[in-house]
Amino acid sequence: MQNEAAHTQAPRKEMVTCHDFLRELNDFLDETTDPALRAELEKHITECPNCWVICDTTRKTISVYKGMEPQPIPQSIHQKLMGLIQKRCGCGSESHSGEEPPVEGQAPSK
Amino acid sequence: MEGEPTQSAVVSDAISAEQPLVDRARRGDAVAFGELISKYERRVYRMARQITQNDEDAEDVLQETFLKAFEHLDSFQGQSKFYTWLTRIAVNESLMKLRKRKSDRTVSLDENIETEEEPIVREIAVWDDTPEQKYSQEEMREILDKAIDSLKPIFRTVFILRDVEELSTEETAEVLGLSIAAVKSRLLRARLQLREKLTRIFKRKGDQILGYAK
Ligand SMILES: [Zn+2]
Repeated sequence: MQNEAAHTQAPRKEMVTCHDFLRELNDFLDETTDPALRAELEKHITECPNCWVICDTTRKTISVYKGMEPQPIPQSIHQKLMGLIQKRCGCGSESHSGEEPPVEGQAPSK
Repeated sequence: MEGEPTQSAVVSDAISAEQPLVDRARRGDAVAFGELISKYERRVYRMARQITQNDEDAEDVLQETFLKAFEHLDSFQGQSKFYTWLTRIAVNESLMKLRKRKSDRTVSLDENIETEEEPIVREIAVWDDTPEQKYSQEEMREILDKAIDSLKPIFRTVFILRDVEELSTEETAEVLGLSIAAVKSRLLRARLQLREKLTRIFKRKGDQILGYAK
C-alpha cells in the first residue's frame, strides 16, 4: 500500500513509537517534516523522556559544531598559496613582478 | 525553536556581493582571486584536514583546490554558489588523497550502508548546560575533532558538509554525487554517532542514566 502524501515509512495515524521518532529525527531537527507528522513527534517527546533527551542532545551536538569558527591557517601556507596563484596568472594582463615571495620547495606530491 | 532565522536571505546577499569578485577573477585578476582565497581558505583547509586527517594532505588539497578553481573559473557558471563549487573541488581532492593513503574499502562513498543495522543509541543523559564554558576553545576543538575523526569517511564527509559547512541537503548530494536519501540516512547516523561520543564527555555528572527501550 503506497501512500502518496506521506513519506515511505511514515508512522501510522495512532501512535509514534520511539523507533519512528529516531527515524524522523533528522527531518524533525531540520524542520522539514510536514506539520501533521511534526505535531505527532512533538507530542511524543513531551511524553517520552528518552526521546526528548536524544533530541535535545542531538540538537546540541549539531550546534556545538556549527559554533566552531575555522582557525586561521598558518601564514606560511597562505603566502605559498598566494605566490602560486600569482605565478599561475601569467595570463597576459600582468606578469609576476618582484612582489611575490620566493617559492622554493613546491608541493611535494606529483 | 520556531523563531530560528533562516539562512537563505543572508546567503543570497553573500552571493550577490561576491559576484563582481568572481567575475574579476574569471578575467584573470589575481587580486580578486586573492580576496576569494582569503575569504575561504580557512574553511577549505579545515574541511580538507577533517576529511584527510592529515596536515600535509590538507595543505596539498588547499593548494590544488584553489589552483584548479583559478584555472577552471570559466566552467563555473554561477548557477551554484561559488563556495559550493569550490567545496566540490576540495572534497574531490580530499577523497583522492584519502584513497591514496588508505587503500581500504571504507573510503568508498558508494558503500551501501542502507543494509546496515539501525543507528545505535546507548547513552541517554542530559548534558551540562554549558560545555562551552567548562572547556576552553582549544579543548572543545580537540574534543570535536577527535569525535569527527572517529567516524567512517562516508559519515564524516556528509556531516562535515551538512553540519559544519552548512551546505543544504541538495548541495551535499550534488557535491558528493549521492542521492538525497543517501545523504539523509548518512547524516542521521553521523549525527547520532557524534551525539553518542559527545554525550559521554558532556553529560551532567551524577544524573541517573535512563534506559532506552527499543
Ligand atoms: Zn520515545
